[in-house]
Amino acid sequence: MAPELIFGLYIFLLAAFVGYQVISGVPPLLHTPLMSATNAISGISLVGSIVAAGSHYTAVSTALGFIAVTCATINVVGGFVITDRMLRMFKRRERKRP
Amino acid sequence: MSVSYIEALYLAASVLFILGLRGLSSPETARRGMVLAEVGMFLAIVGTLLHRDIISYEWIIAGFVIGSAIGTAMGLLIPMTKMPERIALSHAFGGLAAALVGISEYYRHGAELGSVKMAAIGFEVLLGSLTFTGSLMAFGKLQGLITGVPVTYRFQNVSNISLVVVTLGIVAYLVVDPSRYPVFYTMLGSGFCLGVLLVLPIGGADMPVVISLLNSYAGLAAASTGFVLSNNVLIIAGALDGASGFLLSVIMSKAMNRSFTNVVFGAFGAVAESAAAGATAAHAVNEGTDADAATVLDNAQSLIVVPGYGMAVAQAQHAVRDLTRLLEQRGTTIKYAVHPVAGRMPGHMNVLLAEADVPYDQLYDLDAINDEFAKTDVALVVGANDVVNPAAKTNPRSPIYGMPVLNVDQARTVIVLKRSMNPGFAGIENELFVRPNTLMVFGDAKTTLNRIIAALKR
Repeated sequence: MAPELIFGLYIFLLAAFVGYQVISGVPPLLHTPLMSATNAISGISLVGSIVAAGSHYTAVSTALGFIAVTCATINVVGGFVITDRMLRMFKRRERKRP
Repeated sequence: MSVSYIEALYLAASVLFILGLRGLSSPETARRGMVLAEVGMFLAIVGTLLHRDIISYEWIIAGFVIGSAIGTAMGLLIPMTKMPERIALSHAFGGLAAALVGISEYYRHGAELGSVKMAAIGFEVLLGSLTFTGSLMAFGKLQGLITGVPVTYRFQNVSNISLVVVTLGIVAYLVVDPSRYPVFYTMLGSGFCLGVLLVLPIGGADMPVVISLLNSYAGLAAASTGFVLSNNVLIIAGALDGASGFLLSVIMSKAMNRSFTNVVFGAFGAVAESAAAGATAAHAVNEGTDADAATVLDNAQSLIVVPGYGMAVAQAQHAVRDLTRLLEQRGTTIKYAVHPVAGRMPGHMNVLLAEADVPYDQLYDLDAINDEFAKTDVALVVGANDVVNPAAKTNPRSPIYGMPVLNVDQARTVIVLKRSMNPGFAGIENELFVRPNTLMVFGDAKTTLNRIIAALKR
């Protein structure tokens, strides 16, 4: 097998384990913000789209890249905006009672 | 900029993503965590813009501007009750973006692709396209554009599984011979079909699992993009997203006492008919008015509120909060019991209640609160059904037997706010509604709650 693939699989599996561990620690309270946060983060496919849109191989790949950049940006920006909007709502009880 | 600088930025971004998700382990650190993740995203994008293959920026900037405008507008304007729909849509965008990058790569390299790259592109395009149409289907079901009832037909599972096998065969064929363009587009087409067909038989109540699964697929599609482009930050972010979606779907399936395969291939509605008959007919429903409910609540020392999807539909979360605040001022102890699959996505109820300013330390998980019902005066069920059905504990013939449910029936009095006597989305009778200690109040939850508040103030 190609060394590049092995290397990639190492990274993938280790990241998946780290992800599983980290995400096991997220309380059910925050499962919806978690979903929109991972959504925003997976908008990282933006970096692939950027290269496709900017490198002018052919008109078709530029067009596909442009649509992909738009979609991924919607996810990144929208995902972070909405996650923050949700997280701002989670408040503890005001401690005015003694 | 040299490649090693870009790689360093990507490495920093990966670490920041992990730290950002770690912040979500507590509401206090969550917002800080998201700032870290945002910085990571910014670094990754800056690094990519310096990529040597990029000749011109106009299309990139155009995409940024349009995407940011739509993203910000959606992010700020969408009401919290529409959150499941928004999440479904964003999975669709994520899937589409991944599929398009894969198509573009194939279009560029085509026949000269090595087998590893071709396999990666195959998975990327396949996962991306099925996530795209599957998420649009989920969106349609949530939004009511498509029926939320499971759509089933004969040989459905057999034909779906065959299509999966055939599609994987097509991917394998392309790995051997990447030069066949029509075969590639056939694969794309079957990806689109699969997304539709796999979500079609899944009912509204199973949406939390489906949304989590699609979340996982969107992540895996992004990770495959990373393999295609040999880009580590993509692999890592995709793996994080994939793991998160996978873990959530496991949690959701467990909370319904069903296996993955059962959710995906089970079509809940079909099983329900057999067992529904026995339970309720003999007893009479104990129907009350909002004034009766107010009297009960007035005398309660302790109250546990159990929200369900009905609360989201009626947008009753603010009315719930008004009621509990009033009772709290009169000295009643208030707690909320949130079942993991209440609502249409993981954490749905928590977000709605947080929106209505319910402090999160009043929100309790299934395990944390289930023993407390027996010590509680009143359990107020607002638009929840299957998650409070005692048949899950007592009736082995019930399709939801074995599903962990909230023990509301152990409270001294149960008040159920419900639109009508119709069974819930799963179509299962609920004997809780005919128990002697249950008071049913029919009508729109928001209206009823406001009437109860008015009666209490009198």
